[in-house]
Amino acid sequence: MLTNEMLIQLLAAFLFSVGLLVVLLRRDTIMVLMGIELLLNSANLSLVAFSKSAMMIDGQMQVFFVITIAAAESAIGLSILVNLYRNFGSIKTQNATTLRG
Amino acid sequence: MESVYSYLPALILISPLVGFFINGVVLPLKYKGYAKTPANVAGGVATLFIFLSFLMGLKVFSSLQGMNSSAPAIMSYCFEWFNFGGLNIPFELRIDKLSGILVLIITGIGTLIHVYSTSYMHDEECVGRYFSYLNLFCFNMLLLVMGNNLPLLFFGWEGVGLCSYLLIGFWYTETEKANAGKKAFVVNRVGDLGFLIGMFLLFRELGTLTLTDINLLLQDAQVVAKIMPSVTLICVSLFVGATGKSAQMPLYVWLPDAMSGPTPVSALIHAATMVTAGVYMIARLHPLFSLSETALTLVAHVGAFTALFAGSIAIAQSDIKKVLAYSTVSQLGFMFLACGVGAYQTAVFHLMTHAFFKALLFLGSGSVIHACSGEQDMTKMGGLKKYLPHTHFTMLIGSLAISGIPFFSGFFSKDEILYSAIALPNGYSLLFIVGVLTAALTAFYTGRMMSLTFYGKERMSHDVKHHLHESPFLMTFPLYVLAALAAFGGFLGVPHLLGNFLGHMPHYLATWLDPVVPMKELPLVGIKLLLHEAVVMIGSSIIAIVSFGLGIKLFKSHLYLTDMLKGIKGFHVVLENKYFVDEFYDKTVIRFVKKLSELSAAIIDKLVIDGAVNGLGNGVRKVGSSLRILQTGDIQTYGLMMLFGLLALTALILKILM
Repeated sequence: MLTNEMLIQLLAAFLFSVGLLVVLLRRDTIMVLMGIELLLNSANLSLVAFSKSAMMIDGQMQVFFVITIAAAESAIGLSILVNLYRNFGSIKTQNATTLRG
Repeated sequence: MESVYSYLPALILISPLVGFFINGVVLPLKYKGYAKTPANVAGGVATLFIFLSFLMGLKVFSSLQGMNSSAPAIMSYCFEWFNFGGLNIPFELRIDKLSGILVLIITGIGTLIHVYSTSYMHDEECVGRYFSYLNLFCFNMLLLVMGNNLPLLFFGWEGVGLCSYLLIGFWYTETEKANAGKKAFVVNRVGDLGFLIGMFLLFRELGTLTLTDINLLLQDAQVVAKIMPSVTLICVSLFVGATGKSAQMPLYVWLPDAMSGPTPVSALIHAATMVTAGVYMIARLHPLFSLSETALTLVAHVGAFTALFAGSIAIAQSDIKKVLAYSTVSQLGFMFLACGVGAYQTAVFHLMTHAFFKALLFLGSGSVIHACSGEQDMTKMGGLKKYLPHTHFTMLIGSLAISGIPFFSGFFSKDEILYSAIALPNGYSLLFIVGVLTAALTAFYTGRMMSLTFYGKERMSHDVKHHLHESPFLMTFPLYVLAALAAFGGFLGVPHLLGNFLGHMPHYLATWLDPVVPMKELPLVGIKLLLHEAVVMIGSSIIAIVSFGLGIKLFKSHLYLTDMLKGIKGFHVVLENKYFVDEFYDKTVIRFVKKLSELSAAIIDKLVIDGAVNGLGNGVRKVGSSLRILQTGDIQTYGLMMLFGLLALTALILKILM
């Protein structure tokens, strides 16, 4: 029997998987960044749900930090992306492989 | 046995080291470069510190005299050098009556030679380097004679070897001279191995390496019985060390080559001090050597044979320094002969007088070479007497002393050795005859050297003749001091016979050394003793005078033996080429070692070592190139790998936790 909590956790897991697939499979850097956002937010969802069910505020506190970091991360990610475009003329990940061994 | 602790021995030791430091580090920093230090400054500093040592040595010597104890000694305990297992080696210095004499010789003659060098090396480059080495040498030599245990003695032993190498190759830009330094070092290494083995064996048997303890233990009959089976091996090993350092057969070959160093170095290191280290070591360990009849016989015979062998080579050499070098080898042979028959005191006596007259002769030859614009070949000298009056006078005294002309120092010590060689129980007629022959040879080649250098026709080239000049005061002054010592030093050891004539003059040196190195009782007593002594003394004086006169007279008009006696041409060639010993060593030992090293270079180095090193490098490179395909540069591949890794880790943790 699926409870509400389990459903929410399943949703979070589903979102995490989608995010992971986007990060690993999409070649477009903007999509990768969006995938990362999805990963972070699915984790947020899971945290909030657990904190609600466990009646503890800690999880929700954690979410605030994650949101802050996500904002900073996307700002940096986007600026890297701009530089990537300037240097390689594209934002596809397969073009930025100058560290190949 | 009484010993007083004092800081003086340590100060005597450290003083030349300070000089070394100043000349080696401080002055080059001040003048910005080794070559820049002025000769007067470098020489002055070096002389000052060795002179300080000499003054302190005198102080110690006089306080030794003042101590009323049977065997006085002054010691310094500096620190514990190392201590493990049963082996405790303190850095401990000891001056007793034997090492006291050596300390005075080293610092006294050392000071004179430093003074001489200041003038002799005046126009050389890098005098700072020269004087720093010279001071370092004195430090090591003092450590050798003052160290109260064998490791310290060995430290000094190696140190003087190092300084000898550095100074022989002082003019290292000339390949031949640099090679002579290397030769000395390598040949000494062979001997040092023997010394080390002897030292290890001694430790195994006695459990101590402290000299005083060794000599104390050997008074115990039980210990003696225990050590008896291996004592010959120990003594022979130690003696091998002595043959290396003191240039005896078969390791003497380095000393003649060592003459390529500056002449004052030859005087200090290769005549007066370092080469006598072997004699000192045997005298120091005489209770040990006295236990082994076989070893003593070996020492005596090697000494006697070397004395004769080197003496005969010296007749045919034309290089003035080579003559003196072979003469040194020969005189060292005399000292070992004395040690071998058990006359340790006499060996020390001859060591002392030899230090005086041989240093004098070397410094004199330096003065001659200096005057002749660097010419060492006696066939291009002659008639120098009127140009170099001071050098001639002092060298004549040195020659008379070494030849054993009565009442000069060499006469007393050599006479005592000859006498011991037949009178002591270990001696017998062969040793005595070899000794007498060598004494005759010594007088003969010394006469030849004087004659070729100072008398006869002037054979130098016009240029050289134009530049002839007597050496400056700083060089002649040490000559005169040494001449005085060489002339009168022998009166420290007047034999009974003459002593009786001179109003019961005692044998000062024997009385002085008795507590440390006891004199063997002569088997003869009373009138028989005197008669024996008289025969030997008169006989050897006549031989010395005749040979010396012959040497002077014959070579006034001739240069070589062959000029006089046509029949000995072949013999002369053999002598001139030093019995082809160098060639023999080259053909046998050196060629063998070279072949061996070539073989090991081809097989062990090329295949094994290079194979291992290169194989490792190649292996790493192969592994790397197969791993590089993992490094795609694509960030998403890395992400995937991280995911797999994370999953694997999670699985592992789950497995452990469950």
